Amino acid sequence: MKNSVLALLLMTTPAMAAGPEFTVYAPDYFASEWGPGPKIKEGFEAICDCDLKFVTGDVLPRILLEGEQTAADAVIGLNTDVTKRARETGLFAPHNEDLSGLTLPVEWTDDVFLPFNWGETAFVYDNTRLENPPASFDELLNAPDDLKIVIQDPRSSISGLALLLWVKSVYGDRATEAWEKLQPKVLTVTAGWSESYGMFTDGEADMVLSYTTSPAYHIGAEQDETKQAAIFPEGHYFMVELAAQLATSDQPELAQKFMDYILSEDFQGMIAEANWSYPSKLPADQLPDYFAALPRPDKTIFLNEDDAEALRKPALDEWLNVFAR
Amino acid sequence: MAERLRALGADPAGTLAAGALVALVLGTLGVVAVYSGGFGGLEVWDWRAVWFTLWQAVVSATVSAGLAIPVARAFARRRFPGRTVLITVMGAPFILPVIVAIMGLVTVFGRSGLANDLLGWFGIAPVSIYGWQGVILAHVFFNLPLAIRMILHGWQAIPSERFRLAESLGFSPADTGRHLERPMLRDVLPGAWLAVFLVCLTSFAVALALGGGPRATTVELAIYQAFRFDFDMGKAATLALIQVALCLLALALSSRVAIPAGFGAGMDRDAPIRGPRGWRVAADAAMIALAAAFLLLPMLSVILQGAPRIAALPGPVWEAAFRSILMALISAFLTLALTLSLALSIARGRRWIEITGMLPLVASPLVLGTGLYLLLRNVASPSELALPVTVIINAVMALPFALRILLPAVYALFTDYGRLAASLNMRGFARMRYLTLPRLARPLGFAGGLSAALAMGDLGVITLFADSENPTLPLKLYQLMNSYRMTDAAACAVILMAISFALFWAFDRGGRLNAEI
Repeated sequence: MKNSVLALLLMTTPAMAAGPEFTVYAPDYFASEWGPGPKIKEGFEAICDCDLKFVTGDVLPRILLEGEQTAADAVIGLNTDVTKRARETGLFAPHNEDLSGLTLPVEWTDDVFLPFNWGETAFVYDNTRLENPPASFDELLNAPDDLKIVIQDPRSSISGLALLLWVKSVYGDRATEAWEKLQPKVLTVTAGWSESYGMFTDGEADMVLSYTTSPAYHIGAEQDETKQAAIFPEGHYFMVELAAQLATSDQPELAQKFMDYILSEDFQGMIAEANWSYPSKLPADQLPDYFAALPRPDKTIFLNEDDAEALRKPALDEWLNVFAR
Repeated sequence: MAERLRALGADPAGTLAAGALVALVLGTLGVVAVYSGGFGGLEVWDWRAVWFTLWQAVVSATVSAGLAIPVARAFARRRFPGRTVLITVMGAPFILPVIVAIMGLVTVFGRSGLANDLLGWFGIAPVSIYGWQGVILAHVFFNLPLAIRMILHGWQAIPSERFRLAESLGFSPADTGRHLERPMLRDVLPGAWLAVFLVCLTSFAVALALGGGPRATTVELAIYQAFRFDFDMGKAATLALIQVALCLLALALSSRVAIPAGFGAGMDRDAPIRGPRGWRVAADAAMIALAAAFLLLPMLSVILQGAPRIAALPGPVWEAAFRSILMALISAFLTLALTLSLALSIARGRRWIEITGMLPLVASPLVLGTGLYLLLRNVASPSELALPVTVIINAVMALPFALRILLPAVYALFTDYGRLAASLNMRGFARMRYLTLPRLARPLGFAGGLSAALAMGDLGVITLFADSENPTLPLKLYQLMNSYRMTDAAACAVILMAISFALFWAFDRGGRLNAEI
């Protein structure tokens, strides 16, 4: 037994790299050849003379566990619903970037967490299966109960948490009432986004909680224009993905270079079709045509991290009170 | 060499393995608790999760074991062409990765599924798979094969001479039931029930996908939430401790119910049981047909969906497949070695080891991973440890099943041949080679196949050790789904299913080379 473990250890020891190793913690989806990871690695290694290594998994829990001993030089993929706790660790350093050219629908002034892409939550439907989609959040709540939607659990998924905060932002004190109306239409609550989306594409549900940019994948990669996001006048919840450098990094120059690279045209230009969301610093005319033509809500709902953190617990209890009945 | 082994006895291996298991499961739990400064308090939602987890596991286990009895009996007393293949194929759901199984179940039992179409023809209102009924349906789907196989092994363990004797005495089916079948079931059923119960106790993905909502929250989800979203590791440790307590409770209960059947040794003659005639033939056929349809249709639907896209899958998927196969093989042999030493030790009278052997089943993978991570982070970098740790965890996770499968056979071996072996002074390697391994070949093959297949389908539960450069096949499947590539994911699911099944088949077949099933 001991020998086989040793053999495995030897087998997986990484080959010696050319330059210094630069470690970035990222969510799971980043690393696959279909995610943005490989393109970022290639692009950054071309200018950094280093070996960029993505370590994927639960980014924040891992940083919290490791504390000052963390091996990360930078992280990528956090969002505002968790940055408060990340910031409180004091492990992160300012990004030192000029934020004036950002193309976000909200004003961004954070000097630690740097946005690299964004999107808005939305319910996505198939226009060949659902001919009269709800035109507003109210219409969705009052739709007949045989309109079935799938959502994600706010206790295990970031998009599920976003829906929780979305409903809370739109309905405030009437959130419980809203959940009561929505509940009969919820076919099921899945752990993560991918299970939900799979059920939707299998035709099991009429609508799925996803993003306004989801149809872009179907148009861009599959030439399929049947998937659309329902746009609600009440506004859509803003979700931004962030990167930051660690104060404990032993390669602060590289970390700073990585921050610079995130806002570079090279990085920003590939986000749309690698991560299927809006780049944080790229004028609309540089997006692929179909991407720029995606319908956008008039109103973007943005909770800063303090508000998101303060609302999370009470909103979760409200949701549980209705859905666990 | 044999002398030295005798001096050591074979027991130290068992004790050592048991100690390592306890250290791994409870030790990691302790490390997490210490790190977080003690165990955290629970909220009302957590207690609800505990309650739901408990009752759905009881119902799932009871339904699975209950349904398995008539199916196993039908298989035990009927012979027909394709029987062996059918038994093997029907075992497949147990080794399916959860995500693949859910895909299949939804296609058959979902809103727009086959079952509801069928009901529609008869004018019956559609039934919903989502809710507690979905959780139980899925758990029965997963575990019915396990229960059938365990009970079928029980039937086969009754020496055929006993059935011939019964026949010559003119036993009616009721008499056979009273004197042969029921004693066997009292011996085997508690173990089968317990195994299913424990699997369902730690269910996470099923409950969430088909549970319909937070009413169907399990303890494992509560642990996930505590860890991932609340960063409350003290609470995660408390919940994990509750899972272990429930496991010990179930174990204590089932060991009181189980009574060894004590049929004695037979001649191993392959004389098929002659089942009763008349309407019972049709009833047995119906049982087998229904069970086969229930277990095979969801898998068939996954294959139909995914097969056309397999050729279009990119190279890295195949690389991941080979990596996964290698890991599954190492993991399976590790499981077998550990299980055999545990089982031999238990059969020599160390009953406490049996309890330690069940522990991994209720260990929360998340807590296990976190604990190991805290322990090992200063030893080596986590991503270097990713693959070895995954292999070890998979080996340990499959151990309880392997132990359940092996134990009855090891007990029988000791009661039936122990004295003979002792009188022949058969020890050490000779005993292992000429007695133990040949007599245990069948359950060892089955257990090895199960371990390999389970390891194959496991989604590297330990996200903390994630290794992005060496992804496993299940991880690839998730990556495809996360990149909107649902049809490629379905193709990937078919490959995963095919490999899991091939691994299972190869081991199982290897164990049965000299025997009819």
